[in-house]
Amino acid sequence: MSFLLFQASVAVYVLSFAAYLVFFLTRKKPVRRIGRAIFLVAFLLHTVNILARSLEAGHTPITSHHETVSFFAWSVSCCYLSFRWRYTVKNLGVFVSFLVFALMVVASLSSRALLPLPPALQSLWLPVHASITLFADGFLALACIGGIMYLLQEREIKKKRFGLFYSRLPSLEALDKLNHHCLSVGFPLFTVGLVTGSLWAKQAWGAYWHWDPKETWSLITWFLYAAAVHQRFTVGWRGRRVALLSILGFLSVLFTLWGVSFLLEGVHTYVS
Amino acid sequence: MSRDAIVLLGVNHKTTPLAVREKLALSSGYEAPLQALAELQELREFYLLSTCNRVEVLFTCRNVAQATKRVQEVLFGQAITAEELQQHVYHYVNLQAVEHLFLVAASLDSMIVGEAQILGQLKEAYRHATDADSTGFILNKLLHKSFSVAKRVRTETRIGASAVSISYAAVELARKIFGDLHDKKVMLVGAGEMAELAAEHLVGQGVSEVVVANRTLQRAVNLARCYKGRAVSLEELLEQLQQVDIIISSTGAPELILRREDVRPVMRGRRNRPLFFIDIAVPRDLDPAINELDNVYLYDIDDLNNVVEMNKSERDKEAVKAQRIVDEEKIKFSKWLANMESTPTIIQLRKTIEQQVRGEVEKSLGRLDDMDASSRKKLEKMIAGITGKLAYPPLHFLKTENHCIALPERIKTIRELYQMDNGENEQE
Repeated sequence: MSFLLFQASVAVYVLSFAAYLVFFLTRKKPVRRIGRAIFLVAFLLHTVNILARSLEAGHTPITSHHETVSFFAWSVSCCYLSFRWRYTVKNLGVFVSFLVFALMVVASLSSRALLPLPPALQSLWLPVHASITLFADGFLALACIGGIMYLLQEREIKKKRFGLFYSRLPSLEALDKLNHHCLSVGFPLFTVGLVTGSLWAKQAWGAYWHWDPKETWSLITWFLYAAAVHQRFTVGWRGRRVALLSILGFLSVLFTLWGVSFLLEGVHTYVS
Repeated sequence: MSRDAIVLLGVNHKTTPLAVREKLALSSGYEAPLQALAELQELREFYLLSTCNRVEVLFTCRNVAQATKRVQEVLFGQAITAEELQQHVYHYVNLQAVEHLFLVAASLDSMIVGEAQILGQLKEAYRHATDADSTGFILNKLLHKSFSVAKRVRTETRIGASAVSISYAAVELARKIFGDLHDKKVMLVGAGEMAELAAEHLVGQGVSEVVVANRTLQRAVNLARCYKGRAVSLEELLEQLQQVDIIISSTGAPELILRREDVRPVMRGRRNRPLFFIDIAVPRDLDPAINELDNVYLYDIDDLNNVVEMNKSERDKEAVKAQRIVDEEKIKFSKWLANMESTPTIIQLRKTIEQQVRGEVEKSLGRLDDMDASSRKKLEKMIAGITGKLAYPPLHFLKTENHCIALPERIKTIRELYQMDNGENEQE
């Protein structure tokens, strides 16, 4: 059941990406409306999929690699929609739907088997820690996308050579605002995620901090974002520098998510 | 018996240098000049438009040459010499005047083609004219028509939507950098024509304040007044950079007035809020290296020209479309005017016939005023009926499009047949 829903949501995400892409290239307004509607449908399907899976598994489905990445994709959609609800950022949809779609592909490539939960993970902290962290990652992903868009747009304006992006991307101000919003929501969430993780570690393994690779990399990521947020709110950094830091930070997030799990050994390895 | 002529006199940015325009501008508002025009016996209807870039008066009159002379004396007489008048003031009559008004309303004659402000200014001018009760049947119709022409051009072409000039390109860039321009401030450094043009456009986009810095403060004050802004001296330039967001520089200075080293410390104080420099001076005012600073964008005249080039072909297409709309509307209006020509004849014809019928009725039945109400009413009805029947063939002849005989010819025939221009029948 959840498998079918998952397939369906991947398919609908592809469609919405295609529609957003068509809008990006042709700039025909009706296409954008269609893209939005399709994206919403995909998101709803995805939501039902996650609910169904948690019923089947009997716990929050953020334990295997497949589940984590799928939940990550879902949180990105969720953050996008929450943001979209407040302000429009022209053509953000095409980037977001692409990221979501890419994450879904990665999720669908890994094993979908429902595995029993090891005792260490059986705790109320699982949904709290994992979902908060992944939601933070969702906002940070949007900050990264905003940063990429900012750099693309700024490049064309600075170089005075207007190509594909100048007329299609929103103003630098709007992109900077996106970054501001996402950092000011994402960073606190990320901090909370770290703290809850630490509390859970104390409960499960007896110590708050283990210097396990995932923890270490999370801390590195946290410092990167802390630097960005600090510079932004005290010194008044904005624009290109913060955009670069947001991108760097998100690369670190991705490394924490995948690099650590596959390259380095530690207690955070996915259930397998 | 023909209708009044429509005449348009004026100066605009194309025909007249700023120095002369300044002298002609109606700085004291519309009331005094409208009153002065009302004193002129030669004018029937009139209306007056004064903006930063143009002063135009539109009127109807009998004797074009005489009325024109009088209006020029009243409006422009004291300000400039007859020679200058000859050189700068344009003078359109009838359909040319109509076309010019339509072009102005549709913003095709503006400094920035397609800008939306002019229509509002036109409407305001019209409101003043109606308050002074100076417009009548013809100008009311004509001005309302010009509003609808402007609306048609705006909705049916994209003339207002694409970058149509350097200043528009600058505004578009500003929007890409700042998004919303409503809380942004713009500073003009040097008060040249080009700077003014860009400022006008930015004001049209709703920037919150205009600051003018100029070597001679008086000129800065004059220009600032035009945009309800404030004037500062050139020495305060660096200080002002803390507050403004867009700087349009167009001084005649031979060397750079701002360098990269000057601007860099400013950014710290601004907490890196972006600065957008537009350098339209030749030779350049601003150090090109300023563009290398983070959150600072510098465009010079060549860069802007490149942007404009990209949009040019589209603009030309839209301008052709807009011109077609104006032509169409001009033709429609000329038809209306032509019909106007026959209206007095029609009224007079009915009157002549009615008088004759009434005369015959009274001759045989006695004066209608002495009869009792009911029979008088019946007779009045009969008179109206007979008049209608008798007037039908000539009216039909007048009103029906006839390709062989033009309308003026037909009017003449009718007037001769009914002896309408003989002595005592002559009327206005």
